[in-house]
Amino acid sequence: MSDQADGKHQIWEAYQKTIAEDHYYFARSCIRQNFFPAAEEVYLKILKEDLGKDIFDDARQTSCSGIAYHSGIIPMETIMTMVGRQFALMKEAGYVNFVCSCVTSFGIYTEIIDTWKHFPETEQKTRETLLKATGKTFDIPQNLVHASDLIYKFRSQIAAKAKYRLVSAKTGSPLKVVDHIGCHYAKIFPEQGIGGAEFPYVLAGLTDEWGGVQVDYPERRHCCGFGFRQYLLKSNRGYSVANSKKKLDSMKPYHPDLIIANCPGCTFFLDRWQYVIAEMENKTYGEDGYGIPVLTYEELAALILGYNPWDIGLQMHQVSVEPLLDKMGIVYSKEDKYRGAEGVHLEVPEKPGFLKCF
Amino acid sequence: METLYDRLSKDVRYIEGLNACINCGTCTAICPAAEVSDYDPRMLMDSVQEHNEDVLREILSSDTIWRCGECLSCKTRCPKGNTPGSVVQALRNLSVETGLFMKSSQGQKQLALKRMIGEDILRFGYCVYVDQINTGSHPEQGPVWDWFKKNKESLLQRFGASYGKETSGTLRKIPEESLDELRNIFKETGALDRFAQIESLSSDHARELGLEFTEGKDEYFRFLYEQE
Repeated sequence: MSDQADGKHQIWEAYQKTIAEDHYYFARSCIRQNFFPAAEEVYLKILKEDLGKDIFDDARQTSCSGIAYHSGIIPMETIMTMVGRQFALMKEAGYVNFVCSCVTSFGIYTEIIDTWKHFPETEQKTRETLLKATGKTFDIPQNLVHASDLIYKFRSQIAAKAKYRLVSAKTGSPLKVVDHIGCHYAKIFPEQGIGGAEFPYVLAGLTDEWGGVQVDYPERRHCCGFGFRQYLLKSNRGYSVANSKKKLDSMKPYHPDLIIANCPGCTFFLDRWQYVIAEMENKTYGEDGYGIPVLTYEELAALILGYNPWDIGLQMHQVSVEPLLDKMGIVYSKEDKYRGAEGVHLEVPEKPGFLKCF
Repeated sequence: METLYDRLSKDVRYIEGLNACINCGTCTAICPAAEVSDYDPRMLMDSVQEHNEDVLREILSSDTIWRCGECLSCKTRCPKGNTPGSVVQALRNLSVETGLFMKSSQGQKQLALKRMIGEDILRFGYCVYVDQINTGSHPEQGPVWDWFKKNKESLLQRFGASYGKETSGTLRKIPEESLDELRNIFKETGALDRFAQIESLSSDHARELGLEFTEGKDEYFRFLYEQE
């Protein structure tokens, strides 16, 4: 190991956090379930069926309202009470370990718990308001983690069951993987993220364990450009594409085979802005006119475990994933990509004008 | 009389977010918003710590505070442990409370955000919902989204989602009892009053501009959503 790599490992060692072994209450993400609608079901399946864990999926759970909070349309008292309700639902279901699918939510829960600690009167006020509004009382989770933390924790168990690895089926060399960590995973509270904010290891650990090689590029820590109100308003959306483009331009010379992200928004933007940049500027980032495939951690874990790519929703990505599947030697049906429920054939989507798609 | 600084000083995000800025400019150097817009967190923090009431009023009435993307990269890198992104949240909150947000074109856009994100939470339980998104308002979604929308029921069934069903799972219908709880929380914590204030002040502005103002994606909404 080089001195530089050894130094990073020492930093990673300093930022380890406790991740509960089993029995989790699951909180869904607004963005992930809309834009990658197979992902959370796959996540639960991996946890339950492949890893044998108990994870509770509650019908009553809702948004934490984090996007509204960071867009400045609701008071802080509102989101504190929304968070209190989520924790109350966990308590009612008989759980103490809370795992959330959204990185914005993870930052929100962490911020609110920290605020309650430093300003106890705000916790008291939240308890009173929640009781008045819903009749509920809450306990603060004993263990709060992001969904990617669990995949990280069980990465070697997944590797032990893997049908595929992050290596080229043709040459045997490791695939080059860009990891993108959502800003709110560790930039606000570095001690809450595996590896901290400067050298986060939560996704790099998956790359290392599953046979790939990390791509260390200049803008590795730069934001994807969500910007909350900046993306949500069409008039401000240039902010978002400009920041994703900065990252994509920076990683291109390293020829990545794959991008993985732990934040649902980041996954979406790094996928869709490749399409937009291709259509606007005739510029592509993958090989031969294709884009660089962008996956979530659960999508990648599922591929490694041998799930059918089209059952886990990879046809929902605008950037075709086939170049990656071919490199990994994954066997898949071209026809099955465009089948709906019960095997019914659906028409094929229109192709973009410039970005090549399968 | 309570000054603007008196009010700002009660916000925990201001208390925690600004100790003493040393003007090193690290926040501005790594800020995604500073790179693409007229936004400089160093200047903003320095201006706020002046404790000048007139300067603060100017800030609350400006586009500047609405340019931040809330990535909070500034939190990690500030050598003094300040959080400009959190101070911006406190400033935005005060700007809305005082009505000064209507003095800037970026602040006025809060109505569009309220009608999208705010109303979706109370209607669907989530900040966004598949049925509300199309490639007209979101062309970046690309042809794959048009294909998905056209075949939504079949694909969501294949993916094991619970679209529109009253059960657990992806894109399920949230129980009415849970939505009532959210509405009660919004009422008790002042979010509904805030929504009403944004609507009321926006209505006056729409009238001045001669734009249709009703609800949803009316002419005034489209003006805010699409105009620079």
